[in-house]
Amino acid sequence: MAGIPHDHYEPKTGIERWVHERLPILSLVYDTIMIPTPKNLNWMWIWGIVLAFCLVLQIATGVVLVMHYTPHVDLAFASVEHIMRDVRGGHFLRYLHMNGASLFFFAVYLHIFRGLYYGSYKAPREITWIIGMLIYLLMMGTAFMGYVLPWGQMSFWGATVITGLFGAIPLIGEPIQTWLLGGPAVGNATLNRFFSLHYLLPFVIAALVAVHIWAFHTTGNNNPTGVEVRRASKAEAEKDTLPFWPYFVIKDFFALALVLAVFFAVVGFMPNYLGHPDNYIEANSLATPAHIVPEWYFLPFYAILRAFTADVWIVQLASFLTGGIVDAKFFGVIAMFGAIIALALVPWLDTSSVRSGRYRPMFKWWFWLLAVDFVVLMWCGAMPAEPPYSIISLIAAAYWFVYFLIILPLLGVIEKPLAQPATIEDDFNAHYGGEAHGAASATPAE
Amino acid sequence: MMRQITFAASLALGLGSGMALAEGAAHIEDVAFSFEGPFGAYDQNQLQRGLQIYTEVCSACHGLRYVPIRTLEDEGGPGLPEDQVRAYAANIEVFDPTLNDGQGDFRPATPKDHFPHITSAGAPDLSLMAKARAGFHGPAGLGISQLFKGIGGPEYIVSILTGYEDAPDCAPGDFPGNYNKAFAPGGYPEECKDEHGEHLYPGSWISMGQPLYGEDVEYADGHSNELHHEAEDVAAFLMWAAEPKMMARKQAGFVGVLMLTIMTVLLYLTNKRLWAPVKKAAKKSDD
Repeated sequence: MAGIPHDHYEPKTGIERWVHERLPILSLVYDTIMIPTPKNLNWMWIWGIVLAFCLVLQIATGVVLVMHYTPHVDLAFASVEHIMRDVRGGHFLRYLHMNGASLFFFAVYLHIFRGLYYGSYKAPREITWIIGMLIYLLMMGTAFMGYVLPWGQMSFWGATVITGLFGAIPLIGEPIQTWLLGGPAVGNATLNRFFSLHYLLPFVIAALVAVHIWAFHTTGNNNPTGVEVRRASKAEAEKDTLPFWPYFVIKDFFALALVLAVFFAVVGFMPNYLGHPDNYIEANSLATPAHIVPEWYFLPFYAILRAFTADVWIVQLASFLTGGIVDAKFFGVIAMFGAIIALALVPWLDTSSVRSGRYRPMFKWWFWLLAVDFVVLMWCGAMPAEPPYSIISLIAAAYWFVYFLIILPLLGVIEKPLAQPATIEDDFNAHYGGEAHGAASATPAE
Repeated sequence: MMRQITFAASLALGLGSGMALAEGAAHIEDVAFSFEGPFGAYDQNQLQRGLQIYTEVCSACHGLRYVPIRTLEDEGGPGLPEDQVRAYAANIEVFDPTLNDGQGDFRPATPKDHFPHITSAGAPDLSLMAKARAGFHGPAGLGISQLFKGIGGPEYIVSILTGYEDAPDCAPGDFPGNYNKAFAPGGYPEECKDEHGEHLYPGSWISMGQPLYGEDVEYADGHSNELHHEAEDVAAFLMWAAEPKMMARKQAGFVGVLMLTIMTVLLYLTNKRLWAPVKKAAKKSDD
């Protein structure tokens, strides 16, 4: 399937031949796990396997949790307590599922920022990137709806606030919100449809993951140099690559085991650290929590949502130009979705001919500033919307857009890239040869 | 800065933004509980003492609706003998909707029943109280102190129970509630704020009257029954009520970490050996 020349599957026994002539499934599996992989991949390339594991973990634990959960406003909270107290191993399963969501997002953010630094989104991998962004969007939807299911205070008020975002759309907003909720407010109909979708979407994600893998197996992996694998002949390609099995499977499993050791420490010793205490209070439509705070993985975008208040000039300008249709609330919603759209469009916003950030002296600084910006936004999202946090949020939110819409297009024009190694083989040999070899060894980012 | 999405929800429901009043600082003290940390365990005697306080004091107003009475037998919990649990249950009246031709009636509980669901006087259920409150957030809201000290629910309970003090002089005598220096979200008299609206005293006014004064119960094991000890005991009991499987969870977590660490080491060595010839070839090619 890959464009990189390599050995293809040959059925060896009679049974294999029999199967192969009827369904080439063995060949599909062989070509998938034996795919030639750039041998210079660094440790930032391990998050894919962690993500695949997370999806399996969430589906496996989720399927069992569903056996004991009751999606009804009067019974949901109690059924979760039933899982925690009466179901054998239920408490651990639930904590695995709860913290599994956090691991999933932790891994996906590192995976995305890896892609941003090494230019993995650039031609010819735009479709891989877009599919990845769709997976990320579905993950957010799935996680959000899953958080509503225990029917705690944060579940209820989080659902109220987030569906309220759609209500901010002029004219059609309120009908859309009512349609999403299945009624005028968050209620039993909402809980039931969220439950249904929370069970469905992971399988859609699984299908998209297959397409994501198909796409990058067609183009081949990116690598830290951004230099493509040589493909003129099999012999040449083999100098740049190693088969995925066993070299990268073992490497990835080592990393996965290490990540999971930390994960099990979190689940075993502090499972509620990343959660919110208010979600252990049953949902009450008459008592609003003092601070409605989403889960940590939504905080950066939540901060962007809240950053654009009515006293910001760009909001006032938008309001003036649209005759008041775009108010601060709607502007915030546009900004939040816009931030994700900007991220999705990065293959076309980045004009540089050089793929990897390693050889882009100016880009590097802006990239790391973006990474810091992301963490600052996350912190701001958890803070109350008042000075000084509101001002910090605004600056941080502005930088997000400046990075994607101004800095990236401009850098491609004004930046003078460093020399790249001629081949992946050169990079690998320079790294393990122990001597400095020009540009290839200039790798402060790792 | 009023147009925040946090408020949008309450505005949508016509509740207004009255909730937005700044919470005053409240004092939550740190208590060293036996069950903190990866290897911390519940102190069975302490849980039994806490159960006594819950039974003799708290249960007058507060329920424990999610806790089955039978779990008082659990190892890693209070660990009461079966006959004691049966006798304990018989002293509790529960409402059974199947009695009296479907009209429902009260009957003595059995261990299979849950603790009653008491909602009198608006008192919140205590089943999950120790997980539904946080004690620490610092520094700067980053929650790093929670990593080392836990989420702080039991500390919060101790602080509330020992946080009652005479109301400051600035407060009007008829201000509703009771002054508690550890309780943040309650009412606060205007007279006790400075010109910027900042609270002059920590905490606020809580509607619950002071429940414990010290020497409220007589412990069978002769343990000290002064106020702070009583508060710690009942907080520990409520932590168990909220998280009855803590011991099993920590054990499973420990086994998981141990096995994964061994796996990590083995895979590290496998990986190193697997890649050695490839890296060696790279080194050679460079010479």
